[in-house]
Amino acid sequence: MLEAILALSVLAGVFGVLLGFGAVRFRVDGDPVVDRIDAILPQTQCGQCNFPGCRPYAQAIAAGEADINQCPPGGEAGVQALADLLGVEPKPLNPDNGTEKAQPTVAWIDESVCIGCTKCIQACPVDAILGAPQQMHTVIRDECTGCDLCVEPCPVDCIYMRPVETDIRNWRWPFPENRIEAAR
Amino acid sequence: MTELALILISTVLVNNFVLVKFLGLCPFMGVSKKLESAMGMALATTFVLTLSSICSYLVHSYLLAPLGLEYLRTIGFILVIAVVVQFTEMVVHKTSPLLHQVLGIFLPLITTNCAVLGVALLNVQQQNTLLQSAVYGFGAAAGFSLIMVLFAALRERLAVADVPAPFQGGAIALITAGLMSLAFMGFSGLVTAGP
Repeated sequence: MLEAILALSVLAGVFGVLLGFGAVRFRVDGDPVVDRIDAILPQTQCGQCNFPGCRPYAQAIAAGEADINQCPPGGEAGVQALADLLGVEPKPLNPDNGTEKAQPTVAWIDESVCIGCTKCIQACPVDAILGAPQQMHTVIRDECTGCDLCVEPCPVDCIYMRPVETDIRNWRWPFPENRIEAAR
Repeated sequence: MTELALILISTVLVNNFVLVKFLGLCPFMGVSKKLESAMGMALATTFVLTLSSICSYLVHSYLLAPLGLEYLRTIGFILVIAVVVQFTEMVVHKTSPLLHQVLGIFLPLITTNCAVLGVALLNVQQQNTLLQSAVYGFGAAAGFSLIMVLFAALRERLAVADVPAPFQGGAIALITAGLMSLAFMGFSGLVTAGP
């Protein structure tokens, strides 16, 4: 009886040590820097930075292959956040990649003009456009990141970028920054 | 050598683990809907089965048998299999991310594959040597792989076949498995006990 308990304990102990050793020896490090950069990027997947999406751009920044000022949707605030994270000097957005929008926009399809060619669906990086060949398309407003990628391929120019209207669902209390300024 | 070849052939064809011994049926039914996943499962199982049959032989003959603790072999072998699977997954994840992506979810699933435990227990029962155990494990895995690939190919055809409504899905798969099993029973005369 005692032998059995001992033998099993020894066996389990040896295996535990083996697995523990394996867990340390064969640890797979994800790159935490990439994750943190990716968390700052706006996830529009618009490709204006010349990378195929936000994560590839984050990887390129982490590898030192890309500059931090190539993300127009993130704007100056995004560049500032990246500079703080990486400990480098913030710099103005690179105009080659585009300009920051004054206001967030979403795509809107003029459905009476749409010919159902599906070209905008193929261009959309976040699958926010709904439709089928020869059927009218429409944009799922909540999914649209406002990246402008669908405007260019449309053969009948029926896609417009509209500012996001403030309604009861997306209105937020303004930050009390003015009062802080006034108190100084 | 002849004996090893006989073990190999008899485990792959004659005493096939899935169709004749009816072990490892859950992955056989569960992961055989697509050829790619069936092949992934077959690969992972081959790897783990061979390794775990060797390891459990070692544990049995050098730890349990000398102490007279043969009655602990079931729980001991489960322990061995779980560790082998975990360790294999860690090593594969580190050394070959591509292979890890292919085997991926299949590796942990093997822990509960009864064929793996069955092979370990049968090795003890048949009093195989280390080499015989390894060949037996590999043969069982090869037989399992063969059946997985064959059955997955059949099921891909079945998916587009015009099956009567009451037989669709699992029912026709089980019937197909039964017919395959009958066919494999035909191999039972392949290896005779000698003159």
